[in-house]
Amino acid sequence: MNIDELYQTIILDHYREKHHSGLRDGYDAEVHHVNPSCGDELTLRVHLDGDTIADISYLGEGCSISQASTSVMTDLLIGGTTAHALELHDKFLEMMQSQGRIEPDEDVFEDAIAFAGVSKFPARVKCALLGWSALRDATLQATVKEN
Amino acid sequence: MYDVEVIREDFPILQRRVGERPLVYLDSANTSQKPRQVVDAIAEHYLTHNANVARAMHLLGAEATAAFEGGRSKVAGFVGAARPEEIVFTKNASEALNLAASSLGASLRPGDEVVISVMEHHSNIVPWQLACQRSGATLRWFDITDDGRLDLEKAERDRLINERTKVVSLTWVSNVLGTRNPIALIAAQAHAVGATMVVDASQAVPHQATDVAALGADLVAFTGHKMVGPTGIGVLWGRYDLLAELPPYQGGGEMIEVVEMERSTYAAPPHRFEAGTPPIAQAVGLGAAVDYLTGLGMEAIAAHEEALTAYALDKLTSIDGVVILGPTEAVERGSAISFNIAGVHPHDVMQVLDSRGVAIRGGHHCARPLHKRLGHQSSTRASSYLYTTQGEIDALADALVFTRDYFAPKFGGRS
Repeated sequence: MNIDELYQTIILDHYREKHHSGLRDGYDAEVHHVNPSCGDELTLRVHLDGDTIADISYLGEGCSISQASTSVMTDLLIGGTTAHALELHDKFLEMMQSQGRIEPDEDVFEDAIAFAGVSKFPARVKCALLGWSALRDATLQATVKEN
Repeated sequence: MYDVEVIREDFPILQRRVGERPLVYLDSANTSQKPRQVVDAIAEHYLTHNANVARAMHLLGAEATAAFEGGRSKVAGFVGAARPEEIVFTKNASEALNLAASSLGASLRPGDEVVISVMEHHSNIVPWQLACQRSGATLRWFDITDDGRLDLEKAERDRLINERTKVVSLTWVSNVLGTRNPIALIAAQAHAVGATMVVDASQAVPHQATDVAALGADLVAFTGHKMVGPTGIGVLWGRYDLLAELPPYQGGGEMIEVVEMERSTYAAPPHRFEAGTPPIAQAVGLGAAVDYLTGLGMEAIAAHEEALTAYALDKLTSIDGVVILGPTEAVERGSAISFNIAGVHPHDVMQVLDSRGVAIRGGHHCARPLHKRLGHQSSTRASSYLYTTQGEIDALADALVFTRDYFAPKFGGRS
């Protein structure tokens, strides 16, 4: 298995310099998700402005895949609607479970297309999903609170 | 000493290749590989002697019972048990420790104390948490020193083991740090206050000669699959008089004497603790594993591993950017070596090593409190065994240098 397929430059760049990292105040929901098999942990906060995701802030400790995936996700979702975020979560999940069969649409996924290679490494799929699962959880909690 | 290249011929899996490279299996603390002799013994049992034990009275039942109890006798001899009835078969070491915590826990009361250590595997933490939650007893623990040894002075100052202590449960050899703990010393302290000494020997029994009497413990847990035996079978050794006092763990077939609708009486040890159909073929396999280890000689295995551990520690400590967790000298330590590469997460280390055929483990190794105590979120662990070669340690060291340079531009890798 060629690891360059897994460790794309985009992923390593986001790992070295995480976007929107750190916990910020003024949030509507906070969740703590872990990957018990490897110990990766992530605290993630969502701040809503009506239906818009005004901010996603997070503090995570984990492998390059889990950290980069969370960073890329914040680029994609901040400023968009909650509906868009949940829809993209489902599409990302589908791509990650496809074992490399789904060719992602760059217009939709932007930097997140780099994770298509991860879906060929079953042991690492959970890593790529950590941030997205936390985001989905936090968004649903924040939406309930808003209403 | 034995010729490791000859030994490796007994383990066909070690001939496997990963792409262009030979497999380098350094995850034996997770599970060991199995020699042909063990696999053949299990196959032979299933193909020619298979029946249930004890309850089947026909010819095959008698053969299966003899084979199962024969496995028990071999294990008893292997660890120096006073009699085969001191060996209780469980499904793994976790179940053995749960049995100990559940049965000893039945007599715990509020105010009683149970002592463990911060270096325990989760399977020697959580069962005691459950026992304390159920009984109202208090859980306390040994801290460690910065070099990864039990902090005996701090324990003394804190009067960790005292007249309220009812159980002390410690690992003999740490699955992360490799540290070998002074069990006989702690057992003497436990016994002086009337406490029961439980030992998690999962990482010790496969690697060194074991004499439970000399160890000074009352209950000792270990597992088959880490000692070239099959998965699905673990062992709880117990002093017979203690086992005879303990209440059952699970109820079911073969653990009883007389069953009435209102109440039951229980079988004598070990069967009291073996409800339901036991791991029969696995006991046969474990017996074959014990024969295999005895054939090589536990002293020879220990000498091989000690030399290899010294070699590996020397190699790894000389790599710039690698930090070892635990003792860095091969003194009073087992063969598992955990480490981190600065700036590279253990999962990523594992992935790059895997792509080069080197199988190691990355994560918290079921010892999250220990990692927290050491200030590491997780670690990478290389663990060798009787079949590991110096060449494999060299392959590990080369792969670690490659990994470091792959990820960390400051070491001259790609940016």
